[in-house]
Amino acid sequence: MVDVAFQQNRVQGVRRAGKRITLRNALKRKSTAAFLMTLPLILLIAILVIYPAFYAIHLATLNKAMTKFVGFGNFQFLFKRDTFWMVVEQSCIFAITAVIFKALIGFIVAHFAHNIPSRKQRKWRGMLLVPWVIPPAMSTLAWLWLFDPSYSAFNYTLGAFGIGPISWLGEAGWARFSVILVNVWFGAPFFMIMYLAALKSVPDQLYEAAAIDGANWWQRIWYVTLPMMRNIIAITTLFSLIVTFANFDITRILTAGGPLDRTHLFATWAFKIGIEGSDIPLGASVSLFMAPILAVAAFFILRDVSKRGNEA
Amino acid sequence: MSGKRISRRQFVASSAIASAALVSAPYVRSAHAAGKVSIGFWDHWVPGANKTSTDLVNEWAAKEKVEVSIDYITSQGNKNLVTIAAEAQAKSGHDILSMPTWWPHANSELVEPVNDVMEPLIKQNGAVNGTVQYLGQLDGKWLGVPTCLGSQIKGPCSRIDLMKKYANIDVQEMYPAGSPPKADNWTMETFLKAAEACQKGGYPFGIGLGETSDSVDTAGAIFQSFGAELVNAKGDLTVKTDNVRQALEFYKKLIPLLPPDVAAWDDASNNKWLIAGKGAMIMNPPSAWAVAKRDAPEIAAQCWTHGFPSGPKGRFAPFLPYFLTLWSFSKNKEAAKSLLTHLSQPDSIERLVNASGGYDLPAFEKLTTLKAWAEAEPPKGTLFHYPNPYKHQTLSIAASPAPPKIAQQIYAQATLTKMCLRFAQGEAMEKTLAWAEGECEGFMRS
Repeated sequence: MVDVAFQQNRVQGVRRAGKRITLRNALKRKSTAAFLMTLPLILLIAILVIYPAFYAIHLATLNKAMTKFVGFGNFQFLFKRDTFWMVVEQSCIFAITAVIFKALIGFIVAHFAHNIPSRKQRKWRGMLLVPWVIPPAMSTLAWLWLFDPSYSAFNYTLGAFGIGPISWLGEAGWARFSVILVNVWFGAPFFMIMYLAALKSVPDQLYEAAAIDGANWWQRIWYVTLPMMRNIIAITTLFSLIVTFANFDITRILTAGGPLDRTHLFATWAFKIGIEGSDIPLGASVSLFMAPILAVAAFFILRDVSKRGNEA
Repeated sequence: MSGKRISRRQFVASSAIASAALVSAPYVRSAHAAGKVSIGFWDHWVPGANKTSTDLVNEWAAKEKVEVSIDYITSQGNKNLVTIAAEAQAKSGHDILSMPTWWPHANSELVEPVNDVMEPLIKQNGAVNGTVQYLGQLDGKWLGVPTCLGSQIKGPCSRIDLMKKYANIDVQEMYPAGSPPKADNWTMETFLKAAEACQKGGYPFGIGLGETSDSVDTAGAIFQSFGAELVNAKGDLTVKTDNVRQALEFYKKLIPLLPPDVAAWDDASNNKWLIAGKGAMIMNPPSAWAVAKRDAPEIAAQCWTHGFPSGPKGRFAPFLPYFLTLWSFSKNKEAAKSLLTHLSQPDSIERLVNASGGYDLPAFEKLTTLKAWAEAEPPKGTLFHYPNPYKHQTLSIAASPAPPKIAQQIYAQATLTKMCLRFAQGEAMEKTLAWAEGECEGFMRS
């Protein structure tokens, strides 16, 4: 947005006065007013996000007793630990698998919801959003009871068909499946609602033109829907990837990282080391490890988004 | 500005009058003349137990004219650990803060030594057990005062009927209420046979192999009974020893006799196992029994808390003490120390133990025979042996005697249970030992 003053005459007056910017004039600029209005939020973010982030970086550079600066010593130590690389691998598997499934399910469900007549659509939209609006700590507790090692409702049901019992949280493969499943269940509605909004903004004329050209269902999706949704898909994926990489509550409640550390993510392992093991600098290092990688990913995705925005 | 000047004589005279007035004036003690003390207690599981702590603090505060504020901090979701870490970072917070097991050592640079409180208390209440010394002392400096609030032994809680029926063991006879244990035959071998018999009978022992405290504590006591240490008291690696191999072999025999999902158990799983009537034994303080008393009285009436089986190197039971610590940045250390002394008086301790229904255990040797344990029922005497009144077993904590800052890592990372699982799931013994050695090397970073 251009920086425009409220009164044209006043702007000219300022220009005549040799471009001298007085406080009164500055306050009358739209950008200054906008800055002042957003200042409380900026301050809040500075206090609650920027300061803790820098403090975490500071902690990550200290020795275990927090008495000495060790630079990248904690990261060098982590790179030699097998468990650390296992956590890196698991976090990638967890985040990438979960985001793919969330996006896929969100996309499919958004199409279904989009095709429901508008009067009934509201109800469906509301119902489909339920998993996303329940606090995850609470809904994960319900999942924990469903997966419960000894009293699983799933096993009870499967038992009626002569299947199981399955050790949902006690066997590494099933435990990974379970935490990913719950994450997908929780996150898919977010994708659904974003994609639904994007679908609604695709002009009908494009589909009509495609139909005249003889495009089939798949071609309409591939050549019309997906290109029109590209930006929203990119932003949603990026946002979800960051949030999923940083996931804590679902894994913490379901498995606490077990069995045999096979479901630990960066956040749960950082908590284990930093808080339960009283090694706060190492815990801070673990939690910071993904930040630069995600920042680079964010840079490229957002760059493409803005490029496409300019093309449009 | 006034031009009036005060002469030297006038100044001396008025100063003298003012000083005399100050010295001779009567001391008026206000309601909170001795300042303020803030306390962060562990939030007790037992309903109503917090009230007794509050009453004791308020009685002291009224007598000493101190203003007090109390926060009860839950250990659910490790909120107490997060609070400890936050206060340590901020160097600000409660004057007195309750810290479990490893945390006084983890914060040893930030806590005020309390030798002047502990020494008279030991003279009065008797010596503290070895685990309390190990966790609460550093180079002769007491890092905190052991409190009964939350302190517990995680010994076996057996079903009288099921143990008799399937394992042919009368736990009441072995640990009779009111008299010393007759448990010479209660060995790891007998324990294994009993586990097998109960598993065959459809009531397996509920012993977890997860990464939470209950699982780790049981593994710790079993390892110690084989003399198995991953790191010794000097800080040397001792993973690749026959004692450790024996302990792992024992667990390999035990794991198939346990419920199939024990790798996923947390600290609530064993309680539920007992209360649901699915198992013949769990390793837990009497909280499971207390809940059963309310929710499944027929099961509570069959529960008996007793000692651990002995191994080749002795009989060990997990003891997890809490400490009341004083931050070095506390603003009212003298008043806080006075309160710590008040809370550790035999009368105060007895009131706290009674309020917890016998769950809380004092660390001092003269205070392990209180009425609460002798009178607890049903069945009468069920908790008599809970506080280890005959010093029949060595109270210990998993990963000891490694230096506490290393042991805390072994404990928090559940290295012992992970070793047992890896080996039981078919990994070669030497590979498991090599993995554990690598882990312990990492825990030694300073």
